[in-house]
Formats: sequence, C-alpha cells, structure tokens
Amino acid sequence: MGIDRKDTELLTVTFDKGMPYEWSIGKYGSRFFQEIKEHKRFLGTRCPKCGRVLVPPRRICGPCFQELDELVELSDTGTIMAFSVVNYPFIDPATGIQRPIPYTYGYINIDGSDNIFSHIINETDANKIKVGMKVRAVFKESQEMEGNIQDIKHFEIIR
Amino acid sequence: MDKIAIVGASQTKYERRKKGEIFYDMIYEVTTKAMEDADYTLEDIDNVITVSNDFLDGRTISCMAVQEAAGAHDKNVSTIEGDGAFGAFYGAMRVLGGFGTTLVVAHSKGSEGDPKIITNAMFDPIYHRLLGLDAISSSALQASVYMERYGITEQQCALVSVKNHKNAKNNPYAQLPMDITVDDVMRSKKIADPIKLLDCSPISDGAAAIIIANEKRAKKARTKPIWIKGVAHCSDAYFLGDRDLADPISLKDASKKAYAMAGIKDPMSEIDVVELYDAFTYMEPLWLEGMGICDAGQGGQLIEKGITVMDGKLPVNPSGGVLSAHPVLVAGLVRIIEAALQIRGEAGDHQIKGAKTALAHGINGPCGQSHCVWILGSK
Amino acid sequence: MARRVAIVGTGQTYHKSHRLDVNGRELINEAVTRALADCELSIADIDAIIIGNMDHFESINYVDTWSVEGSGGYMKPIMKVTTGGTTGSSVAIAGYYHVASGLFDKVLAIGWEKNSESDTTAAIVTCSDPIWDRFSYSGAIPSLATEASAYMEQYGATQEDAARVAVRERTHALNNPYAQMYNRPITIKDVMESPMLAYPIKLLDVCPRTDGACAVVFAAEGVAEKIAVRPAWVKSCSVRHTTTWFGDVDYNTGMLSLKRASKEAFEKAGIKDPVEEIDVAELYLPYSYAGLKWIEAIGFCGPGEGPKFIWDGNTDMGGKLPINPSGGVMCTNCIGATALLRVAEAAIQIMGKGEARQVPDVTNAMATGFGGCWWSDVVILGKDKPN
Ligand SMILES: [Zn+2]
Repeated sequence: MGIDRKDTELLTVTFDKGMPYEWSIGKYGSRFFQEIKEHKRFLGTRCPKCGRVLVPPRRICGPCFQELDELVELSDTGTIMAFSVVNYPFIDPATGIQRPIPYTYGYINIDGSDNIFSHIINETDANKIKVGMKVRAVFKESQEMEGNIQDIKHFEIIR
Repeated sequence: MDKIAIVGASQTKYERRKKGEIFYDMIYEVTTKAMEDADYTLEDIDNVITVSNDFLDGRTISCMAVQEAAGAHDKNVSTIEGDGAFGAFYGAMRVLGGFGTTLVVAHSKGSEGDPKIITNAMFDPIYHRLLGLDAISSSALQASVYMERYGITEQQCALVSVKNHKNAKNNPYAQLPMDITVDDVMRSKKIADPIKLLDCSPISDGAAAIIIANEKRAKKARTKPIWIKGVAHCSDAYFLGDRDLADPISLKDASKKAYAMAGIKDPMSEIDVVELYDAFTYMEPLWLEGMGICDAGQGGQLIEKGITVMDGKLPVNPSGGVLSAHPVLVAGLVRIIEAALQIRGEAGDHQIKGAKTALAHGINGPCGQSHCVWILGSK
Repeated sequence: MARRVAIVGTGQTYHKSHRLDVNGRELINEAVTRALADCELSIADIDAIIIGNMDHFESINYVDTWSVEGSGGYMKPIMKVTTGGTTGSSVAIAGYYHVASGLFDKVLAIGWEKNSESDTTAAIVTCSDPIWDRFSYSGAIPSLATEASAYMEQYGATQEDAARVAVRERTHALNNPYAQMYNRPITIKDVMESPMLAYPIKLLDVCPRTDGACAVVFAAEGVAEKIAVRPAWVKSCSVRHTTTWFGDVDYNTGMLSLKRASKEAFEKAGIKDPVEEIDVAELYLPYSYAGLKWIEAIGFCGPGEGPKFIWDGNTDMGGKLPINPSGGVMCTNCIGATALLRVAEAAIQIMGKGEARQVPDVTNAMATGFGGCWWSDVVILGKDKPN
C-alpha cells in the first residue's frame, strides 16, 4: 500500500507555558526600592571618575570600568527626553496576555541624574506630550509596595 | 599552533543561592580578580568573550547584562552560549587569530530559574519535550544503558561521589564538601533510577574568568604561564535514540585530536591530573573511557582500584568536581582553571604534587552530546 | 601569526514570513546545502561549524547540539554564538577567527531564525532588564522612534526622507529573488500612508519578521584560492557593544558603537576615504531612519547630510556607493541570520555572483550588524588579499 503524500496538512506544536524565575535585584537596586518605599524618592550612584550620576543605581560605570559606591539622593521629578505612544499589540511576557494599548513609553531624565530612566507616562494623547516637559513619579501607597518597578505606578506630567 | 597560555584565573565561591548578587556583580568580581591574578590592567585586555545562556538567565541577549561588568565597553566582544570550556576555546582562537590577550568570563545562577524547565528546553519540541525529558531523566537513561552494557555497579558510581565530595573539603570555593560513605550514597533518595540524590551535582550560583595570552603578552603577566598544548571539541548526534549512549564517540574524537596536538600518546601515563565534567557520578567513569584513560567498560574498576583518588596514579577532580559545585556553563571553565592551578602549584590543599600536564573537560547538550577537551602543560 | 581568511561560498533560503513546510533543522539545512553547492564542497570538507540564533524566538536551548543533523555538525566541532541582533555578524566573525587561528581550514558559519514560531516582540521584550525595564519596554520600535525623533529635531530631517530609504530597499529587492519582499515595490506615498506604529515610525518604515537561514563558508589562505575563483578576503572585523543599560544610550550623539567600530575597521583595512574606497555596503538598517543617520556615523557623509546623500541617488544601484543591493533588513529579517546575510551579500558582491543585484567592479565591500543595546559589528571584505 502506498502512502499518499500529496494532501499532507502542515501541523504545528504549541507551547505557551511560562518559565518562572526569581531574579536577584542586588545591593544598590534593593536600596533603590527601599528609598521609594520609605521616602518616595529616587536614588542614583555617582562615578568618581566621570562624575555622572546614574539611575537606577549600579555598581560599575562601564566606560570608566570604575566601581561606584557613592549613593546620591534624587527627587521624584524629571524631564521627558523622549516618548512613544505604543499602538501595536504584543504579548506581554510578564503576564502572557496582550499588553493593553495604547500606552506611553517614556525616557525620563530624573532631576540630578545624567542618564535615562524608563517608565510609562499616563498620557496617551501624543498631542498633549512634548519632549522637555516636567514629570513627577506617582507611587503606590507604601503598604502596597512590593519592591519592584511597579511600585512606581507611572509618571504624570506636571502642568 | 602558536604558543598561547592561561595567565590569569579567578572564580567566586559557589553557593546554592547568591541572593544579594546579580550577574553583573559576579562578573565584576571575577573580572577584577583575574586581572589582579595576572597583574594586568584593563588596557592589557585586548578583547572579551562572555559565556551565558538566555534560558538560564531568563533573558534574551543574556550577554547584554554583563558586558560592561567584564570591562568590554570599548572592546571587541562576543559571546558563546554553551559551556565555558567552549567559550574559552573561542577565546583561545581569538588569541591565535591576532589578539594579544582574551578575557573569558562565565556566570550562572541556577537558583533563579527552574532547572527542570530549562533543561527540558534542550529536547526537541516536536518529539521529546512534551514527554518531560530533562537533564536528570535523560542522564538516568544514559546511566542505565552504560551500567547495563558493562556491568558497572551503583556502588562503583557511589565511590565517585564519596571521593569528589571528600576532595571538595580541600577546595575553599566548593559548595558541597562532605564526608560521606558508599552506604550514604546508596541509601540516598532515588531521583530517577539508577540515579540517587548523592549521584547528582547540586544547583549552584557562581562565576569564573580566565585570561589567555600569546607568548609575548604572557611575559607581562605576574603568573607562571600555563600553556595550552591541545584543545578540541566534537558533537555526537542529537536524538538520544540516534546515539549509543554508552559509547561517547564525540569525546573520543575530541580527546584524540587534543592528544595529537599535545603530542600525548599514552594519556594514562602522560597526564598527571584530570578535571572532568561529572554532572552525575556515572559520567566520571564513562568520560574516562571516552578519554582513553581506560578501555570501554573498565571505568568502574578504575574507580574501584583507587586510581583516581588524590594519591592515586591519576587523580580525577581534586577540586571536588562538578558534583561539588555545578554552576552550569561556568563549570567547564572551572575545570580549566583548576587544571591550570594544579600546574602552577597553586591548588592549595588539593594540590597534586608535581603536576605538569593536566586535562580539563566540558560538555554541551543532553547526555554529553558535545565535548571539549583541553590539555594544559607547564612548558 | 594570524592566517589570512576568505569567504568562498554562501547560501541562503528563499525567505518567507512563514515556512510551515519545514522545521528549524530543515530550514538550516537548505542554507547549508546551498552554501556547500556554491563552493563545490561537501560537508565532509568542513572542519568546524559555528551557529547562531536567538533562543527565545523558537524556545530551543542548546541550538548547537539540537541542530546537528541540519547543520551537518554530526561528529564535527560545533559551537554557538549569540549576541542578539548582531548574532549573524558575531557568527561570521567567529568563522573568521576559527580559520585565522590556524586550527581549522574550512569553516561553516550559520545564522537562522524562524520568527513565525513566536511573538517576536514578546521575545524581544525579554532582552530588557527584568528588574528595571521589562515592565515598560515594548520592543525595539519605541527606542528607534526615540532616535528618529531626536534626529529629525536636530537636523530637520523629514518623514519623507526616511520614506525614500524604505523605497530604495524595496526597489533593490526587485533584483533579489531570495528577499521576503521580492517583487513588492512601494512608493513614498505608500510609506507615508502606512499605519503609524510609534511616531514617526510607520509600518513601512520597519523591517518584517522572517523565517530564513544563511550559511557562509570561510577558508584559509592557500585553501581559499583553490576553492573559489575570486574569494572575498576578510580585511577587518570590528565590534563595539558599548552599552549595557538602555538608559545610558545617548541618542543625540549619533550611533557611538557604529562610529567606533567603523573607524577601527577602516583603519585595520587601510581604508582612508570610505565613501571613495567602499564600492558597496550591506548595512543592518532595521528601519528607514537608520538609512539616514547611521551612514553619517559610518562616515559616508557628514552629520545631518544623510538625507541629501540619499536623495542624490548615491546609494541607489548605479550610484556612487550602492547600499543594500539585496534589499537589506527591511526586506528580510530572520533575526539570527540577518547580520550574516549582510556579510554573505557583501561577499557575493566581491565574488561577482550578485546576478541582477550585482554592483560592477567591486573591490571593497562593507557589512554591518546591529543589535543588543545599540551595538555594532563591522566587517570589511576585499577582492585583494590583505597585507
Ligand atoms: Zn564613569
């Protein structure tokens, strides 16, 4: 008996199970979330060589290959350096379902720092946002905070 | 092959869970320590190879998390995804291919992901993954094929666990230094027949680094150069059913090439110490057969006769081996570091007296599908 | 002493958005088979293999060992190189060093991706830091949008300027039957009218996602000349993976990694005036605005001069410096293969095998890779054996 190969239906196998991880945040990152919980302010690290203040705080300045140990208190405000109203659908790997759109992805220069902090801005009308606008972080209530990036709910434009 | 050498090496202590440290912290630690070891500054590092795995780290482009901490900001850098022994080999090729020095770093945190899901992802999504095969169950299959074929006993395998955990007592970096008996191993919990808990390597967090240099640049280092005499890698077929799991042909091939490069004719008498990838106890005798240290099926007796203990004719894993600390990916690089320290005479309490030639070994893929064999020497 | 190395053969799949008719290993095998046929070698002639892709697009751990029956790696040395978008160029550079080391004479470098097998953006999102960035990050497009807006602000470049680049790529792809967007020309009006994804980036400003594979054979001096009539010699490879954190990238200063890598690559290759000495470039341009700004970072024109350089037709077929005769990344983007395709296409131009997309009299060709945290790889190939 021959095998009919003409009408093969092409099949696929589906995997949609998540992979669990428990990532360490590290010494400085942990302090960052504690500062948010206790004082609702940001924390950066200053490089003794190039003088840049980097947020989130980290242990090494890459270009200088220099260990950083000076923690710098920062406020909860900053400036929009760039933004993007995201309008295309995609699966959020954190939840496994489509992330609600539109939402606004913001590049924010926290006052007193020299780099960019990424978060979301609660304004999805592109006509109402401009580069250079001042923003303020809106935090969860302290007792609801879990020590992760969502302890900052979003940034709001200071009008 | 031009003369190239390992001139710097470092490792972290291996622990079940380094909760306070991110990958970046561990890499910074081993990078700076390796440079200190060689008495090099960042200017002495011509290029960088990082070793990482996206599944282990839970991150696409896992190398992105560590390149800065490895000093690679303004350097030529690349990444091997696989065991550190392979990463180090690429690092060596880059020295032979024109760079004066290569820094090779590897990190892993077994504590952060789920090793069963991560190693299940090695298996073919169409035919094998849904069966739930992972590193342990596939290795149990290999162990049973091997033991059945040659009459290797569970007690012989248990002796490997007793020896390596005992050796680990002399290695301050090891995670599981232990005084145990064959009975303890035999009575430990059955994980996947014939593998018991004490036949298994642990879940570990850690990092390691080496610096490889050409002959000219090696002179600048503080350390005694440990010369790379031979190195080769080779892969067997992928599907377990396409392989003879009791016959590690890819290891045989890699060993043969590495020996030929190093001019080794009789490995048993010419090699002074072996550091091999013993993720499970049965692997030690099986890999020794593959390396031609003994004939096929003779691995069990080799262990039983005490040839591989610290003061035996050919000590194997004086560091305690992978059984005593198993940071995945890092582990093969650690074997190279341990082999180099033996030849330097800097292995501390686990020093093999007068070691001049050492073999180090790493594996990739299920059941040691792919092997990388290194021969290091004092001259 | 490092040996001189040349590319002697290339192979690629006919790139498509979905290849349901093959699994990953079979896809890889198509490219390998074509590369071997191109240089009239058999798999037995190959001494070692390097393979690369991005794990989470297909969810395969240890692709080097999984792939051996497709790659030909059975009982051969094989290892895996993965660096994100730059994977393909990293694989090519690894091929170069395998041979340059003196340990292997003939080496096969493979890049592949079956992007249809997962949600591409979801997989890319996981490249962002899980603690800091993943919550807000939404893949490559917003950061590209950031760069594009900054560039427009700085130099007054327009959306039409970018559209001109998109049109060039599709026009060039008319000559490349392997391209996913083969025979799908577009106009500036089409680009301008396509849906806005993230201002100022529209659908036709960005690359597609592709199922495809590419394989390249590297050989040593002494061997290469016997295999290929005109081997494509590797004159230099440069890599800069400058940043680790997205927040540290400075969009206003131009593409730092590409600037540094290009400078070093030209110096090593003895190229003093790139716009005069490079005859053709296959650049990893994932979106149209890169076609304006990044050629400035390379040094083909001055800061802000990108749009004029493009409108003057310099980079079209028949122009002074044709860019992406293949149609480039915006016409084919099987991510792990994408940067290797740039190297392969550059080699094809040197070897004179470009058929309809051949640029005449190519002496020097340039290929780039882009990825990770704004990283760049540069490879310079030449007709003449390097000194
Ligand atoms: Zn600095």
